[in-house]
Amino acid sequence: MKINRLSQVYASILIDAVYQMKNYPITLVSNVIAPFSVLVLILLVSHGNLLSISIEGALITSMISGGVNLQIDLSHMKNDFKMQDMLVSSPTSAFAYMLGMAMAALTNALPALTVLTVLAILFIHASPVGALTVLGVFALIFAFAVALGFMLSTFSTDIQQNRAFVSILTVILATIAPIYYPITYIPAQIRDLAYLSPATYAAEIAQNAIGDLPLSAPNLAVDWAVLVAVSCVLFVVVAKKSHWRDP
Amino acid sequence: MRLMGGSLECRNLTKWFVKDAPALDDVSFSVGTNGIFALLGRNGAGKTTLIRILATELQPSSGSASINGMDVMKDAGKIREQIAVMPQEARLVPWLTPRQTIYSYLLYRGFGRKEAASKVADALAKLGLGKYENTPNRHLSGGVKRRVLMTTILATDAKILFVDEPTTGLDPLIRADLWATLNELKKTHFIFLTTHYLEEAERLADMIGILENGSLLSLGTLNQLRSVVKYQVSVRILQGGASFETKAGEVIRSADGSTQIFTTEEEADRLTEHLVRERKRFSIYPISLEDIFYYLVRKPIEEDTQRSLVRREEAHED
Repeated sequence: MKINRLSQVYASILIDAVYQMKNYPITLVSNVIAPFSVLVLILLVSHGNLLSISIEGALITSMISGGVNLQIDLSHMKNDFKMQDMLVSSPTSAFAYMLGMAMAALTNALPALTVLTVLAILFIHASPVGALTVLGVFALIFAFAVALGFMLSTFSTDIQQNRAFVSILTVILATIAPIYYPITYIPAQIRDLAYLSPATYAAEIAQNAIGDLPLSAPNLAVDWAVLVAVSCVLFVVVAKKSHWRDP
Repeated sequence: MRLMGGSLECRNLTKWFVKDAPALDDVSFSVGTNGIFALLGRNGAGKTTLIRILATELQPSSGSASINGMDVMKDAGKIREQIAVMPQEARLVPWLTPRQTIYSYLLYRGFGRKEAASKVADALAKLGLGKYENTPNRHLSGGVKRRVLMTTILATDAKILFVDEPTTGLDPLIRADLWATLNELKKTHFIFLTTHYLEEAERLADMIGILENGSLLSLGTLNQLRSVVKYQVSVRILQGGASFETKAGEVIRSADGSTQIFTTEEEADRLTEHLVRERKRFSIYPISLEDIFYYLVRKPIEEDTQRSLVRREEAHED
């Protein structure tokens, strides 16, 4: 029998995104509104001055959430439903499964991304180069988040651990990183702390691309380098640590 | 189509999860890949570990295994195309329907969308699940859920099925339904079944293996296993059998006061007369798989792990 790898990728998108949103519409509502909580808060506090940055921040949050939630879904499928056992012992390839789950994470983020993209087109006036740069950063931060999700799922054995990971990651990626406002809003004494979060580098590049944060070329280069390096390291760890057949 | 001529072989298969206590300890056996092979064992005996190694889900610590000549480590890709597994603790994804569950699994196995959809319809009809096809899995009863899982692996083209404790927790009627399905399936598939229901193995299996503490204690057909126990009859005295002695046989007493005697037909006749005279409550029957199992794993009938068990063997020559 000829194995259709696209079918294998599609299966994950169906189970973990399409069927979930179709059969549990509440997850669709949740997926749409989740990135807006902080966005609305920032808009109110800044009297609308941070509109473009906070829309961008919500887009970055959507990308990060996709990856962070991926570790919950992977762990759920493996530990609670034993579905991964059924798949390992089938012609499903590990790569097709991982790609499918990553695509499912993106599909889950799609409703929010669509609304935010409309808002971005309406309220962010970026140059074509700036828009492409922002898209590149989003792709990279999504890759980073997905790699992080896969890495954490290899360590996690149950839902309690998943919750703990989510809480810690929320602090690292969304609280200490200035994704909804410029880094200059953080007091200078503790600003260095923000650079512990990879999301800070993504936010700086994106904010610079739409003209909201001036950055020197060397700083910009460092931001790209850190973001690419962290993503690569995570992918290497995933490749080394994750296993399709249990050792 | 019936599978012909192949075999499943384990050679010195060992698996360690923790030091000093192997989950599988030097297991070697060979069985033909047709009909049903039932692997019996208590909880923690190593059944699931063995099935996971054979189903290419888990690496052995040492030793090797092959299915129809394909090594589980080197030829995992080929084996995976020919097997399907229903894990012991598998649960249906609650937000899917049976149709979506089976369809997705077929896509995972690499079928195209049209072919998968057609196979789903066939499988649901075959196992009489048509009326549940669009009911969310979370609303299905335990028995229907197990049938959906079974249908999921049957919808594939796999001719070798690993089914890990498929009837655990099911009521007797649903269990009988699943037994009927398995009995039908064994005409065209090789089914590797693990169970701790001795009746299940007795009714379904063509070959039976008994696993205890990671070691294979015995392997054979039911008749071959019977010959392992020297006696043909089992007499069970419910209470007050402690003072009984047999002229030929083996006595196992448990702390709850019951006594099990494995003996010959002649001695069983003599014991029966005696027990009737003494007005004792007892049962007598040809030795069953359950008896063989307890005999082999050296555990008294009516096992209660909370109590201390007393076991004494008495065998007297006439």
